[in-house]
Amino acid sequence: MTVEAENPAWEEQAPAIGHVRRPGLDVSHKVILYLEDISVSFDGFKALNNLSLAIDAGELRCIIGPNGAGKTTMMDVITGKTRPDSGTCFFGQTLDLTRMTEPEIAHAGIGRKFQKPTVFENHTVFENLELAMTADKRALRTLFAWLGQEGRDRIADTLKLIRLDADADRPAGLLSHGQKQWLEIGMLLMQEPKLLLLDEPVAGMTDDETERTGELFKSLAGKHSLVVVEHDMAFIEQLGGKVTVLHEGSVLAEGDLATVQGDARVVEVYLGR
Amino acid sequence: MFPMRTPFVIRFLSALPRAGWIAMGLFATLTLVIMPALHLFVPPESPFHVSAYVITLGGKILCYAIVAVAMDLIWGYAGILSLGHGLFFALGGYAFGMYLMRQIGRDGSYQSDLPDFMVFLDWKELPWYWTGSDSFLWAAFLVLALPGVVAFLFGWFAFRSRIKGVYFSIITQALTLAAMLLFFRNETGFGGNNGFTDFKRILGYDITAPETRATLFALSALALMLTLLLGRYLTTSKYGRVLAAIRDSESRVMFIGYNPLHYKLFIWTLSAMLCGIAGALYVPQVGIINPGEMSPANSIEIAIWVAVGGRGTLIGPVLGAGLVNLFKSYFTVAFPEYWLFFLGALFVAVTLWLPEGLVGLWRRLKTRRAA
Repeated sequence: MTVEAENPAWEEQAPAIGHVRRPGLDVSHKVILYLEDISVSFDGFKALNNLSLAIDAGELRCIIGPNGAGKTTMMDVITGKTRPDSGTCFFGQTLDLTRMTEPEIAHAGIGRKFQKPTVFENHTVFENLELAMTADKRALRTLFAWLGQEGRDRIADTLKLIRLDADADRPAGLLSHGQKQWLEIGMLLMQEPKLLLLDEPVAGMTDDETERTGELFKSLAGKHSLVVVEHDMAFIEQLGGKVTVLHEGSVLAEGDLATVQGDARVVEVYLGR
Repeated sequence: MFPMRTPFVIRFLSALPRAGWIAMGLFATLTLVIMPALHLFVPPESPFHVSAYVITLGGKILCYAIVAVAMDLIWGYAGILSLGHGLFFALGGYAFGMYLMRQIGRDGSYQSDLPDFMVFLDWKELPWYWTGSDSFLWAAFLVLALPGVVAFLFGWFAFRSRIKGVYFSIITQALTLAAMLLFFRNETGFGGNNGFTDFKRILGYDITAPETRATLFALSALALMLTLLLGRYLTTSKYGRVLAAIRDSESRVMFIGYNPLHYKLFIWTLSAMLCGIAGALYVPQVGIINPGEMSPANSIEIAIWVAVGGRGTLIGPVLGAGLVNLFKSYFTVAFPEYWLFFLGALFVAVTLWLPEGLVGLWRRLKTRRAA
């Protein structure tokens, strides 16, 4: 918990510059993320083609698909980076993600880990976590923000969890690829998101690191909802959740891993015709 | 919770390391006590006398150093290269110049209540925007407000449209050029290409008196120190870390919930206001302000001071502004026609061989010695 969290005034305040307070997340109908008929095209290329997808609260969902299937574009739409040409995208029952900015979506509780690990290379590991931590993130508030003991403890806990406590004061740019992946996961956790979008989280990790990541994700499911995009089938098997196969911008198949792998169309897409 | 109750003073003090405070104290002794005293109380025959020329040149360079620090805040820490900071400097100078023009009173060439250039244009009364210009407090307010408002509006539209990098730089360059052309016109009401000059008094005191010069010099030094402390506080705060994160990876910052628009807008506007203060201190010391201060070359020169000293170091730009300007005052007398070539060559050389400026060079030498 941060200093600011103890003072909940900012939660209740009238809309401040740029931050329109929206109704909170409502998952009373079990669904936390709902995409319907989303289409996105870039210069005539249909990156997403009437994509429909629903994620339940607490679910751990894996998304697979060949390159260019639209996995990253889908994440861009959910996090507000790309606006869909058509379709609806709701977070819970009430939050229309197609009308919110990136920081608003982040505040609402969606955290994202990028395909390429993007940490702040010039900042230390500790500072990376500090920046990600839930707090009042408006400019004038950060001017006087002071990291309290509780905040330090939270960062210390996360550092231990991602096994980077020895590297806390090193610039993040000096970490190995796998360590950067972990740091980014740690940053995601500091944001306390309700929904985590993880784009190829174990790329570049050793087998041991991959397995530990899997354990971590499984422990997060239930309290959080996770959407994991991966190519590593062993990892997906370890996670054990429902699997969605994307192909050419829409859902090709959905079900547990064994069912999906047995699907004739999926086999065709992966092996070529 | 404990940290909220940590007195602000302690937070502020911890912004600077011990050595920094010592250096600051030495600088304060030199500029606030020694230099003014040597100017005022040591007779001109003595070798220790500090001449009016030196004190004025020093004061001028101190003002430039404030601009350099302001530029470093926006370029070094937020990664936004402004090539129009001369505009904000000039706006502050003009805002204060209006007051200085009114202080001339009836001592101008035409012995009129109006400034000379208005008599020359056959104007019968002050334009509406000169209202209140005889008040020092109003002038002081305008010095901050004018650059602040211009910067805020410009920044709001530019940052909201996510204009970045070289495009932003070019637009700021165009902005200062446009303002220069506007101020060149006599009808604009700021003295056309002659600008404001022939000042007589400031707050009733003779503007050329040694006491006034010494005071203005000391005030400039004080303003520079406060600017450095403010810059240091900002850049070591969480705000500063977010700003640097925006510089390095703006989209990532958005995805963790910060709105870069407000972060950039704040530092941009603050930087412009600091330039305004510097301009207001500069004008009474050099005794003139004209649209030449808004020329694109002036703004580029500011960027060169920062690059020479070292971006993102705060102290580097102070050194850069000092060295380049000391050299300039020698060079423009010795080889006036080659100054711009030299400046261009300097910029190329620094970019190629000293990307982190003098401070970067110093750090590299230090680590080499340690290794």
